[in-house]
Amino acid sequence: MLGVLLGCGVEEGPDKTTDPVLIYSGRSEALVGGLLEIFEEETGVEVQVRYGSTTEMAATLLEEGAHTPADVFLSQDAAALGAVSRAGLFRELNDEILSRVPERFRSPSGEWVGVSGRARTIVYNTERVSLGELPRSLQEVGDSRFRGRFGVAPTNGSFQAHMAVFRALHGAEALDALLAAMARNEPGRYPKNSAIVEAVIAGEVDWGLVNHYYLWRARKETPAAVAENYFFPVGEASGFVNTAGAGVLSERAEAHRLVAFLVSETAQSYFARETFEYPLAGGVDPAVELPPLTEVASASVDFGEVSAVFEETLAAIAASGLVQ
Amino acid sequence: MSGAALGAAVAAVLPLVYLVIRSFERGWAGFADTVVTGQVLALLTRTLGLVVGVVAVATTLALPMAWLVARTDLPRRRLWTVVGALPLVFPSYVAAFSLVAVLGPTGRLQQLLARWGVERLPDLAYGYSGALLLLSLFTYPYLYLLLVAAFRDLDPALEESSRSLGIGRRRTFFRVVVPQLRPALYSGILLIALYTLSDFGGVSIVRFNTFTLSIFQAYQALLDRTVAASLAMLLALLSFVLIFAEARLIRGIRPHRTGVARPSPPVRLGKWKWPATTLLAAVALLNLGLPLLTVTVWGVHAFLADNPLTGPSGQSVGVAAVRSLGVAAAAAVVAVALALPIVTWAVRYPSRLGRWVERLAHSGFALPGLVLALSLVFMSTRMARPLYQSLTLLVVAYVVRFLPEALAATRAAMVTVSPHFEEVARSLGRRPMAILSSLTIPLVRPGLLAGAGLVFLTTMKELPATLILRPTGFETLATRIWSNASEGIYSQAAVPSLWLLVMSALPMYWLVIRPALAPRKSTRAMGDLLEAIGVGEAE
Repeated sequence: MLGVLLGCGVEEGPDKTTDPVLIYSGRSEALVGGLLEIFEEETGVEVQVRYGSTTEMAATLLEEGAHTPADVFLSQDAAALGAVSRAGLFRELNDEILSRVPERFRSPSGEWVGVSGRARTIVYNTERVSLGELPRSLQEVGDSRFRGRFGVAPTNGSFQAHMAVFRALHGAEALDALLAAMARNEPGRYPKNSAIVEAVIAGEVDWGLVNHYYLWRARKETPAAVAENYFFPVGEASGFVNTAGAGVLSERAEAHRLVAFLVSETAQSYFARETFEYPLAGGVDPAVELPPLTEVASASVDFGEVSAVFEETLAAIAASGLVQ
Repeated sequence: MSGAALGAAVAAVLPLVYLVIRSFERGWAGFADTVVTGQVLALLTRTLGLVVGVVAVATTLALPMAWLVARTDLPRRRLWTVVGALPLVFPSYVAAFSLVAVLGPTGRLQQLLARWGVERLPDLAYGYSGALLLLSLFTYPYLYLLLVAAFRDLDPALEESSRSLGIGRRRTFFRVVVPQLRPALYSGILLIALYTLSDFGGVSIVRFNTFTLSIFQAYQALLDRTVAASLAMLLALLSFVLIFAEARLIRGIRPHRTGVARPSPPVRLGKWKWPATTLLAAVALLNLGLPLLTVTVWGVHAFLADNPLTGPSGQSVGVAAVRSLGVAAAAAVVAVALALPIVTWAVRYPSRLGRWVERLAHSGFALPGLVLALSLVFMSTRMARPLYQSLTLLVVAYVVRFLPEALAATRAAMVTVSPHFEEVARSLGRRPMAILSSLTIPLVRPGLLAGAGLVFLTTMKELPATLILRPTGFETLATRIWSNASEGIYSQAAVPSLWLLVMSALPMYWLVIRPALAPRKSTRAMGDLLEAIGVGEAE
């Protein structure tokens, strides 16, 4: 009765086969809502999405365990995919899906697949700072000559993942030292990447640590923005390319169909065009001027290892005084 | 009947039990590792710092305002009495985004001042100052309503005796009047403190990290939910300590009555009339004018500008409104249906068990909405799978949280009905159920209706439990307002806010403000009712 009264869009009932595919999405509705609509139109399969932050959705899955009602997990970053994978919740994907994406951007055991690439870059104000003055690596960000001149988003998932990669490659002590040096530099602290890009364009700070595509989104609003992206020339953890990806949590064929769709040409060019991310599946090029992924200096990372140190990384960030 | 009551009481405490279990999943050591840290200590200090600040500012506002409208010849006294209480209609998240939108560094006020070269206002609307301003301006009415009733209740004979013994006006006020206000002061302060502790929407929009907000962040940003569970348990403990402290403080106080109460003669303000009116007007400008204007201007603007009925998610505000109404109505009906047997048992058949059942059913009073929601998530994922992410569980959460409101209203009505009626009916051979339906229920109907109304009202505004427990894709007005406001899309937040205000303003006036200001109510009965209402209000 209550369900009927309040139903409008909320499906309930035991008939599992006609249920829509339930997606836990760590990617926002603004980013993937349109794409999922295309999937529904193309296939006639209905989807239902629970939106939240990537970590929130991963934690929900870990809490729910094998009984999760979700069919698909869409993640903003690879560390969360690794955590869900370690808990043994993913079903193996078929080769047709896996073979579309380079090995570097999918789980070695075939449990999840990358759908788009997100490079960590520096966005800088071209009027306030020149290329040569920018740090060449993450370690240099802690250099005292940058005191008060840059912005970070310490509570943002992308920053946290970046730090987790640093920790996986360089160890706990190196991470603590880096965070302490950054905190000593009293950077501008922002709630998210887009706020950093705005601050850089406004000249509030000279540069900031962000993902590459935020600049392109800002340019959509202000085409004459005086900012550029700068890719770290040194690999290791500095120029890390994170992977947004997907994994399947149930036996339903529609769930696999959805993931297959995400690595199809339609979806890949959607990411290129709409979110300005790197398409990962073969044959689709970025829609904006970006250095090719093969040229971006990026460490090869074991995401399982990254997710294993994720919790400790969050604790280290919280303890560093970078947050407040 | 007693079975239903017992069941309700158990359901009300079960979440708390499960929260304890979940917190100690990694044993004492694991719990201590999470909770006994410098960060948690800092969080505790920061939160208590806010509580103390809000209580101080709210008392500084409420005491003189209540005195002015209750004991002086202030012009347009009646109007000001109601105006002082009206900010209660704003949920904290609506108030917060109005505050930020107008007083923020580059808010409306700055835009107005821009022509005089003001590029940026000081950061007052965010952080501690923002939270302090927000919570004191919008919670003082709880204390104010209690104080107005207490001032009206005072027996002037005591003050007259004091004056006749040669004691000055000022000393009489502090030595004779203030002590008599203590019950109202303590209850009001408790309400404000609990509200501050449990507020989620407001502090998240003004970005001040309190205990409640940190729990939410731990829930969202950590893979391991034990941290959120442990912090939530600590917060529940803190609320219990406050409630216990207030109960202890009030227990010793006896009302002083010398004879038949008569109204005190109003104090003549003379030339102080205008400064007093200015004070009241200034407060009303901030906590009534500002949010009303923000919501209306932006709401109308959005209405004229583009399609106001669909938000970014494509769902219409109308659907969200229907859902808000639906869950609120369901919660109200269930809460009253449970309150009736519990109160009947406790009042008509006094026993130790009955008293305990009534007490346990009050658990929601001490559980911030977020804490309750987390414990229900933990419980349902492990023990009650089919309820997980269901509408039913959401309604259960509302009922547990707001049952004290229904209990208070029902009890207030029940104690005025003489048991003799029922005894007569029984002696005439009526069966107990028939007596209940044909006699007791019609007699306590006003109380039941008031209780249902209160639960309805507070459910509609509830935010944290709704956010966490709602079924996938289920958006209410509250979640719409919050998600838009926390993204800074104020025009999109204004439209659902308008709907919410329109739907809640009238019931709020009729159910809370009007009865609270009605003459000749005993302060303590009022206190009980407001206590239930007030805590239910806190989001």
